[in-house]
Amino acid sequence: MDKSEKKTTTRRDFLFTTSYTVGAVGLGAVIWPLIDQMNPDKAQKALATTEVDISQIEPGKSITVLWRGKPVFLKRRTQEEILEARSVSLKDLPHPEKDEERVKSGKDEWLVMLGVCTHLGCVPLSNKGDYKGWFCPCHGSHYDLSGRIRKGPAPKNMEIPKYEFVDANTIKIG
Amino acid sequence: MSEQEYVPKSKAGKWFNDRLPLLSLASHLTDYPTPKNLNYWWTFGGILTFCLLTQIITGIVLAMHYVAHADLAFASVEHIMRDVNYGWLIRYIHSNGASMFFLAVYIHIFRSLFYGSYKSPREIIWILGLMIYLLMMAAAFMGYVLPWGQMSFWGATVITNLFSAIPLVGDSITTWLWGAYSVDNPTLTRFFSLHYLIPFLILGLVVLHIWALHVPGNNNPVGIDIKKPSKDTVPFHPYITIKDTFALLLFMIIFAGFVFFAPNVLGHSDNYIQANPMVTPAHIVPEWYLLPFYAILRSVPDKLGGVILMFGAIFILFVLPWLDTSKVRSAVFRPIYRQFFWILILDVLVLGYVGAMPAEGIYLVLARVGTVYYFLHFLVILPVVGYLEKTEPVPLSISEPVLSGSADYSIAKKDNEKI
Repeated sequence: MDKSEKKTTTRRDFLFTTSYTVGAVGLGAVIWPLIDQMNPDKAQKALATTEVDISQIEPGKSITVLWRGKPVFLKRRTQEEILEARSVSLKDLPHPEKDEERVKSGKDEWLVMLGVCTHLGCVPLSNKGDYKGWFCPCHGSHYDLSGRIRKGPAPKNMEIPKYEFVDANTIKIG
Repeated sequence: MSEQEYVPKSKAGKWFNDRLPLLSLASHLTDYPTPKNLNYWWTFGGILTFCLLTQIITGIVLAMHYVAHADLAFASVEHIMRDVNYGWLIRYIHSNGASMFFLAVYIHIFRSLFYGSYKSPREIIWILGLMIYLLMMAAAFMGYVLPWGQMSFWGATVITNLFSAIPLVGDSITTWLWGAYSVDNPTLTRFFSLHYLIPFLILGLVVLHIWALHVPGNNNPVGIDIKKPSKDTVPFHPYITIKDTFALLLFMIIFAGFVFFAPNVLGHSDNYIQANPMVTPAHIVPEWYLLPFYAILRSVPDKLGGVILMFGAIFILFVLPWLDTSKVRSAVFRPIYRQFFWILILDVLVLGYVGAMPAEGIYLVLARVGTVYYFLHFLVILPVVGYLEKTEPVPLSISEPVLSGSADYSIAKKDNEKI
């Protein structure tokens, strides 16, 4: 073989390259459905909203409902509890968030959040811990009256799901 | 290798063997030259094969009665325990079998650490073994989820949430693993599918593990290279088969002791309560064989850091053959390493103990000290000791220490000639 022959692109090179390319695309097209089938299916997504009647909850009490397989805490806070949650300096918070940002304005007594510890997903116990809010028994995270992480391995405040007040007595989560 | 010259005696055997050399393989396995000084720590390979087959057989039977559905799984396990003929026996063998499997694999791993079996030229055997160990942990974890009790559910929640520590894509990965927005029915069904698959992957890796072993041959308690076959070796059958069988019988006595007299002692009573996504048990602990890694996870006050260290504690073992700088394999001739070996065992036991305790106070301190020491052992102590240690003289052959230890040299010599 002389030099000029080596440099030219042959029909065979072209066929190799196109075959590999088409093969790789085809393989990807086959693998993706196999991976994506593991993501939440339509039946799971259909459970995306839950309506909760809150008319029976007294101030200072809370209820827990299941939304998308996860517990959601609905707590009706007393005025003292709200004041205490708002008296905390943002400097003392590992994940600084104002209490006002975690509730709907005008509905300050209602704290609606996922009852899932942001560490490894356990359900924290209410009215426990050093900050009168929640305490996670698994790895010892303490949350305050606004559901904000104060002490322990959890990195973030408990998550506020998307929710809205349908009327005075009903909350729609999701 | 000798089996290449193997020719079956019968005409039919020769005809078959020329087409598929299974008889050559059988001949290789029976004649396989084995160091004659292998002690009982070397019997755990056979014991582990027994454990794997026990889990596969009892598992296939359990799958005939078990129902993988969030609403039915818990009741179907009770159905196995109460209604299915001998269901209680088969399930107790399977659940305790997992613990026995890990007991044997830990002895097998620490035997390798003591006698330097992971060193050149056996690195690939070691790495295949670690892959088996990782798959064992995955299988055990998923199997523990299947009864759908409280520990099943919350263990699955905590372990799958480990992946949420991954930056950016963590939450998507966790949702993908769940197939839902929390551990739920889709999680259970996929875990059942994978739990059924993994033992067969392990079986495949075991074949490779043994294949890789049969290339250089077994390491041995003095850790020297030997000529094969020679007066330092004995054929695998009947010498090793009978020794392995005897050890297996002793092991089965302990196994049966758990199955018949303390079948729940290694489990958690919380798992006899059906899974409830609204309530977390007060004290979540993994099965005993994962406790040291759990202690490492909890010793770090940072979520991602804890996860990285926990996985790091396993993956560091993959590079162990290159971290250990000593030319001498067996700890028998390594006076300094020998002491650190026992400290490491103590360290792992301490980590296992604190892993079962609440992560606070003295337990947290112990977990942190234990974690630091664990990594110190592999990253600092092993490389440095390998350079500085003055090792004791290593014998030239296995026969040498045997003969020099004998009071009557002439008997030993005569014995020697016979071989």
